[in-house]
Amino acid sequence: MSAEAATHSHDHAPAYSGAPRILDREPLVLNNRSYSWITNRICGIVENKQPLLWWILFVPSVLLTGLMAFCFIYLISTGVGVWGQKQPVAWAWDITNFVFWIGIGHAGTLISAILFLTRQKWRTSVNRAAEAMTIFAVMCAGLFPAFHVGRVWMVWFLAPIPNANAIWQNFKSPLLWDVFAVSTYFSVSAVFWFLGLVPDLATLRDRCKPGLRKTMYGIFSLGWRGANRHWSHYETAYMLLAALSTPLVLSVHSVVSFDFATSIVPGWHTTIFPPYFVAGAIFGGFAMVLTLMIPVSKIYGLSDLITPKHIDNMAKIILLTGTIVGYAYSMEFFVAYYSANPFELQTFMLRGLYGPSTWAYYFMFGFNVFAPQLFWYRPFRHNLWVVMLVCMCVNAGMWFERYVIIATTLERHLIPGSWRTYEATWVDKYTFLGTFGFFMMLFLLFLRFLPVIAIGEVKGVLPQSNAHNHDHGKEGVQEEDLMAYPDRHVPREAAAV
Amino acid sequence: MSTLKRVHGYLAEFDGAADIYHAAEQVRDAGYQRWDVHSPFPIHGMDDAMGNSRSVLPKLVFVGGMTGTCVAFTLQTLTQTNFWSSIGLGFLQTLAETYPTIVQAKPTDIWTLPAFFPVMFELTILFSAFTTLFGLLALMGLPRLNHPLFASKQFGKFSDDGFFVCIEARDPKFSQEGTKALLEKIGGKNIELVEDEL
Repeated sequence: MSAEAATHSHDHAPAYSGAPRILDREPLVLNNRSYSWITNRICGIVENKQPLLWWILFVPSVLLTGLMAFCFIYLISTGVGVWGQKQPVAWAWDITNFVFWIGIGHAGTLISAILFLTRQKWRTSVNRAAEAMTIFAVMCAGLFPAFHVGRVWMVWFLAPIPNANAIWQNFKSPLLWDVFAVSTYFSVSAVFWFLGLVPDLATLRDRCKPGLRKTMYGIFSLGWRGANRHWSHYETAYMLLAALSTPLVLSVHSVVSFDFATSIVPGWHTTIFPPYFVAGAIFGGFAMVLTLMIPVSKIYGLSDLITPKHIDNMAKIILLTGTIVGYAYSMEFFVAYYSANPFELQTFMLRGLYGPSTWAYYFMFGFNVFAPQLFWYRPFRHNLWVVMLVCMCVNAGMWFERYVIIATTLERHLIPGSWRTYEATWVDKYTFLGTFGFFMMLFLLFLRFLPVIAIGEVKGVLPQSNAHNHDHGKEGVQEEDLMAYPDRHVPREAAAV
Repeated sequence: MSTLKRVHGYLAEFDGAADIYHAAEQVRDAGYQRWDVHSPFPIHGMDDAMGNSRSVLPKLVFVGGMTGTCVAFTLQTLTQTNFWSSIGLGFLQTLAETYPTIVQAKPTDIWTLPAFFPVMFELTILFSAFTTLFGLLALMGLPRLNHPLFASKQFGKFSDDGFFVCIEARDPKFSQEGTKALLEKIGGKNIELVEDEL
């Protein structure tokens, strides 16, 4: 069909505009920013003095980290009795906090790996900070089981190292699977993060005056020269790590859920746990990403890079996963009823209707299921105050979810004689508070010393970065450009048509 | 005191991704082998424009990953089951001083294998990831903190918004005049002879 024919049909039917046209995408970087603008803006955060707000947040974070250290030292020097756990509630705030923090990490890996494999190019503005968040969250998470074992100086017994007793770990136990899952998760996330950082560290290196900073950036950027023969291997490696991290991240929270699901405790022994935990982890993690990235974007003037489109996309993921979590909550109740198992049903009735901790269940349900429903309405996804409010609700709600699953289930065990209402001690509370300080301290140091946005990756999604894009004025990356191949790969006949 | 210098190659700057893509095609067609494109981000399709072959990294990673699976299988069966003695390799268990762990009412023969899947999976991923990291470094020849290109004043722009082609002197087709003329012809700017101090 020739262009002439198309024009004719247009004349006859003015309502129809001719050949179907691919809709223009929203640009990933606003205001047609240049490469050097992106470099200057992101490197400027590291090179310039930090705003006063950075110090206002950093000093309390360091103090809270000290509080956390104090609580752990007090715990070691006194004994685990300073925590609120007493039979039958042997797992309480510590395991709740562990699952809470490890879950937060999952959004980082989802953004860096799954969105990479699915070619979601908007990820480039948020993946670096989200991966940093993953690593710091896993560090916070790892502290709790390490101290929960009771004698933290014996924690190396978790590793399969030959020892004088010739005793090996029980590899059939989900708790040991957890050790392998979490340590693999931390290692792989760190490798992925570091590899992503290398080209950007080279950018910082090339901008520094000779001195300690230049030397340090120089060492960690490995002598990167942006050579295409390197990029070729590098992109393959990045793709491989994304492909490895994708099943890994799904396995980590599945294995965490096995800690509960493989037991025979009513309320824990359910097959819905792995997908339910993974959805919840992504849900809570995205809330934390937004909680961190919206202020970072505003304080450091990054709103051309972290645009309403990014926030809108993440709000939609929160809505989706929050609804999946709501489905899981309801399905748990239904299965408890449908199983006709009186113990199972009683556990859920106690959780939701007449137990001692129903308040926690209502917080969980309200924050996780109802609050995100606001995101069905577009103006709410574009109002940063509403987004922040919902994210805060989700952050709190996801902690309550783990508390409900872990502590309130154990409060009412099978034998009524051993029922006990759990109460957290000050050590529990301050340790948890302290981990927030530790997390914030690490994140603020990350802002101070490393590029918060992946400079090279953002440059790669600009319209002018596409070697086959002949219309540089076009807004955004077009679908046909993304799918374009070099001309010589197009068969001659096809090209002629 | 005089400094000995050796020519590393010619460095030329180009305007952007599309420009350097077409320049690379022409350098490739001129028959050069030892040359490279330096850019702030990977340019889509540049491997074809340069005539590079596919990275061998995935093959290395497959071997690394399978090593992880085997390590996990051996570690777990050796320390938990009587599998190795059942296939006549009991001396391995004697050597490692291990014996079947009889817990959880699970079998001590090979059929307890499903309980070992999670750790096998995790170690596969762990070994693959580290093979990716170290395999990548080996293939790239990094870390290499010193390189003749870093002596060039303009080369530092590559990590901001500079696009460069560097044709090395050790390429058999390299000549002071011919290579420079080619770079000029394909639109190279700020053409510079990069020298390596000996």
